[in-house]
Amino acid sequence: MTSDQQPTNQSLSTDHRPFVTVKGLTKLFPVSRSLFRGPRAFIHAVDDVSFELQEGERFGLVGESGCGKTTIGKLLVKLQDPTQGSITFRDTENVLSDQPNDSGYADISKTKGQQLKAFRHKVQMIFQDPYESMNPRRTIFDTVAEPLVVQGIGNSLEQLDRVANLLELVGLTPPETMMFRYPHELSGGQRQRVAIARALVVEPGFVVADEPTSMLDVSISTGIMRLMLDLAERLGVTYLYITHDLAVARYMCQRIAVMYLGKIVEVAETEELLSNPLHPYTRALLSAVPVPDPGHRREPVNIVGDVATPINPHPRCRFHDRCPMATEVCYDSPHPPLVDHGNGHLVACYRV
Amino acid sequence: MTEPVLQVIDLSMHYTTRQGEVKAVDRVSFELAKGEVIGLVGESGCGKTSVAISLMGLLPDNARVVGGQVLLGGDDLLAMDEEQIREYRWQRISMVFQAAMNALDPVYRVGDQIVEAIETHDPNISNADARDTVDRLFGLVGLDARMAARYPHEFSGGMRQRAVIAMALACQPDVMVADEPTTALDVIVQDRILRQLKAIQRDLSMSMVYITHDIAVVAEVSDRIGVMYAGRLVELGDTSQVFNNPIHPYTASLLSVFPSIHGEKHELVTLGGDLPNLIDPPQGCRFHPRCPHATDVCRRDEPPVVDRDGHWAACWNPLQQWRATSDQ
Repeated sequence: MTSDQQPTNQSLSTDHRPFVTVKGLTKLFPVSRSLFRGPRAFIHAVDDVSFELQEGERFGLVGESGCGKTTIGKLLVKLQDPTQGSITFRDTENVLSDQPNDSGYADISKTKGQQLKAFRHKVQMIFQDPYESMNPRRTIFDTVAEPLVVQGIGNSLEQLDRVANLLELVGLTPPETMMFRYPHELSGGQRQRVAIARALVVEPGFVVADEPTSMLDVSISTGIMRLMLDLAERLGVTYLYITHDLAVARYMCQRIAVMYLGKIVEVAETEELLSNPLHPYTRALLSAVPVPDPGHRREPVNIVGDVATPINPHPRCRFHDRCPMATEVCYDSPHPPLVDHGNGHLVACYRV
Repeated sequence: MTEPVLQVIDLSMHYTTRQGEVKAVDRVSFELAKGEVIGLVGESGCGKTSVAISLMGLLPDNARVVGGQVLLGGDDLLAMDEEQIREYRWQRISMVFQAAMNALDPVYRVGDQIVEAIETHDPNISNADARDTVDRLFGLVGLDARMAARYPHEFSGGMRQRAVIAMALACQPDVMVADEPTTALDVIVQDRILRQLKAIQRDLSMSMVYITHDIAVVAEVSDRIGVMYAGRLVELGDTSQVFNNPIHPYTASLLSVFPSIHGEKHELVTLGGDLPNLIDPPQGCRFHPRCPHATDVCRRDEPPVVDRDGHWAACWNPLQQWRATSDQ
């Protein structure tokens, strides 16, 4: 913020250090609490998760319901606070932390007040359900302009201009008439475009998209996917893209992390993950995806049982009870760490 | 082909709303042979669920069938009164609903609910026999027989869906209508239920109408595919023919917009425009506002049926040869 820090900032913006660093992120939710005793059991929604995002990267979190992917998204935009661990954002302008520091990074766990407002300017979220995430009594203009009003950006004429531009950008045309409609007048696809416009109106550097297309029909959802890819390229936005659908992740993400019961079990570049899955869970997940080709015969899914509950889980591998490859080491040792198997293909498994 | 088990002839169904008549199903016809699975695909609002509830005679208050016949073994279900149709529903034709959690009563044990269904339809059966049947049905759908004594909230989503399938099988129907039975489930659970359902269908040589928006699922379960758009059946044919050589431009775009994890990663294709308003559907072909091949005649007149060896579509400008690469 002060002028003497300017030179350091300049040099930092050209380095290759990560844009977002997540270290040891853990979120526990208490499941039983009484008046006199503290909670005894916890859902380990996210359990010691670490990863890094580069600037402009589109990173996917994939997994079944309850694996903790949405919780990570909420932690990253600070809708929830982690139980343990740190989330650090690149902060070359030093606006996210109240302590002056010249590292160019800010841990957002302590961010509040003015700094939190600055954080909300940089980080936005797109929610899954376009029917529930908008106030039905407010016009599209009110909805999209709200972040500008909160952030105090521009006067009302400039805001009008900005909203019109954004609506044009997301394909809601003509903006002059769309602006003064209400959500109930729009289709699901149009609403999701409004949600994208609302997230991008403050020009954030980082967007968490939580299954933005899963409620939409295919012919509509590919349009939204193309729009988001196009905007990512044009505006250089870094995405965390959360989805249960590997085919969608293939198109939206450059790198994919597969989650199982609060843990990341495998991370790799998208095509590498799809063509060479190493973790037995990833393999099962891939072979369970139906193929839109009647001539194709899928391999049978070779895992047994159902997902266990993440309530006070054993410290051993989360997947041991369903794994076709599990041996003694999987039962006797703690959850395996993510190990690099070449070219940044990380796998958490003793048997790979 | 042998005598069809189910014949749907020119079925039309409307909903009355404050805005006007919604023409949800418009002259839909198809036949279902014994042991055959026909997949009905389409996007939300295309009328696929409306077809299902019309077949079952389970219409909401504001809906009515305005024309057509549904012949089950030669008897017209639509001409029957409520008393008569009860003899057919669940015993001859049954249905698995999309939301399994809503299909089970939360305050009764799951086994008791199925026993009740069996006893209602067969008053002479002894309670012990009915319970044996439940055990057998649970085994068939891959549920532990002990789960019969439990309540729905103790079941996971996949287990509830299995229980609902067991209930639909209780009276050994000739035809099962499955409306998006796996849509709310995770892929691994979906995979198991699909395999089990397919195995049961084959073993009992039951006929099935499988309704879904997911073309990958129909590719795997059905013998024939019917594609619906805006209340009409626009194409019907053998699964492999429809996939490899679609006739209708809507089918082709539906196939090409679907992202897959296999094969070359091709460009994401989008289909412009929105689904038409069915209160006042477009004149001529209902797909013409979104169709890349639309011509004047499409905007004016109803499309004719193009038949290629039993694989047909209703279109003025049928596709000749589809790009063979795009289904890879």
